[in-house]
Amino acid sequence: MAHHELTFPTDEAAVRALEAGDTVTIQGHIIGIRDATQIRIFDQGREPPMSLEGGALLHTAPNVRKLADGRYEPLSIGTTTSARMSRFTEPLIRDHGARAIMGKGGLLPEALGPLQEHGGVYLAIVGGAAALQTTQIVEIEQVEWEDLMPECLWRFRVCDFGPLIVAMDAHGRSLYEDVQAEARRRIDETLSAKI
Amino acid sequence: MGTATERTLRQAVEDAAAELYVWSLKDIPSDLRDALGAALERETHKVGRRILETIHTNVAVADEGNRLVCQDTGIAVYYARVGERFPLHPARIEEALREGTRRATLDHPLRSNTVHTLTRKPTGDNTGHRIPHVHWEFVPDWDGLDIKCVPKGSGSENMSFLKMLVPADGVKAVKRFVLDSIVGAGGKPCPPGIVGVGIGGSADLAMHLAKEAIARPVGTHNPDPDVARLERELCDLLNETGVGPMGLGGDTTVLSVHVEQAHTHITLNPVAVNYQCWAARRATAHVSAGGEVAMDRDA
Repeated sequence: MAHHELTFPTDEAAVRALEAGDTVTIQGHIIGIRDATQIRIFDQGREPPMSLEGGALLHTAPNVRKLADGRYEPLSIGTTTSARMSRFTEPLIRDHGARAIMGKGGLLPEALGPLQEHGGVYLAIVGGAAALQTTQIVEIEQVEWEDLMPECLWRFRVCDFGPLIVAMDAHGRSLYEDVQAEARRRIDETLSAKI
Repeated sequence: MGTATERTLRQAVEDAAAELYVWSLKDIPSDLRDALGAALERETHKVGRRILETIHTNVAVADEGNRLVCQDTGIAVYYARVGERFPLHPARIEEALREGTRRATLDHPLRSNTVHTLTRKPTGDNTGHRIPHVHWEFVPDWDGLDIKCVPKGSGSENMSFLKMLVPADGVKAVKRFVLDSIVGAGGKPCPPGIVGVGIGGSADLAMHLAKEAIARPVGTHNPDPDVARLERELCDLLNETGVGPMGLGGDTTVLSVHVEQAHTHITLNPVAVNYQCWAARRATAHVSAGGEVAMDRDA
């Protein structure tokens, strides 16, 4: 279990070096994305108005306040459940060059293949810890597709964003699957006898 | 418009609702803080510890900066206990709770989550058709009003499960269903949280009871000793699964299990599970007949 400081955007080699169970802190920039954003890109075939190349994408729907100059001030930026958006993993990495997907609860197991094949990781954030995460977002630098508010395409400058846990790596391993398999084994071998 | 007393009371209830909604999102109850502290003390798994430490830091950051604990402002659900002599009709109480929710959302501002279920069109103010939802309890020989606000996020609400077991399945199947539901939910509902279980009644009542159970403070037990025993048993079983904080492994899968029960039909054996995340937001206001409001974080 190693700790990594990564600056995003990054390259494929940087995320292939991560192992399930490692922890990560992010510097640089991350991109906020959600259900409606990805439905627009992939189901409605619209080209995203900012590059996702090498990006770390956060599953989020921010709570913001619009300032007089048109910019947005973060009020509460946290993370949503990722499993709903699992099907977008392959095109995000293969076609847009994204390298990390961040959220809570994990992607469905079928995302492991694309992560391995195209070079990507799933980084688990501590769900619900929005107060802390908001303080790690230094600035909302760019907002596209404001009509989808709050499910726009967001670009955030971050400082010490994390901790994140490498929950699904680019080598085919998922901590969620490990934990589920162990829990099922415990239910079958010991817990069911106690019921 | 009603009498002067009614107008004063209606305004007091509206103000209380607006304050409760925002306050509950920022300041989690002390029983929950204690339970999260105890979880960190006993957690031995490295990743689990790191997650619990981050949760503690997050609660502290929210306290210091007057911030929302979690970004999901939820669907506001209110539990209203109305004394039979409280001088404002429930129709007006409901109207005030709705207006308070709307005002808090627009004034703070809070993220609005409510959309039309079919068109997905947002309402923008966290109210909508039948939302916020108000549960009612009427109390004889009393002139007060208690309002509990439980704004529950969707990550945990999506992990709600109902099964109509048959009587021959017995309590064994109830336990197995709870176990399979929580293990299957994994990290999605932001564990470690409170598992609410409703048993008996009808399909709708079982889920209502499960939801009522998650709104109880951690450390409270069902007054029926058989039900309280089931709570302890389920809590131990769930923590032995090793699902852990955020579903990434550990000793703490749940902080508490609360079971509520109702009598049921001879051929029914319903069980409902409603999960509440670690950020189990909850706040209460006590309103007197004269309109004085006492806020209570721990009820």
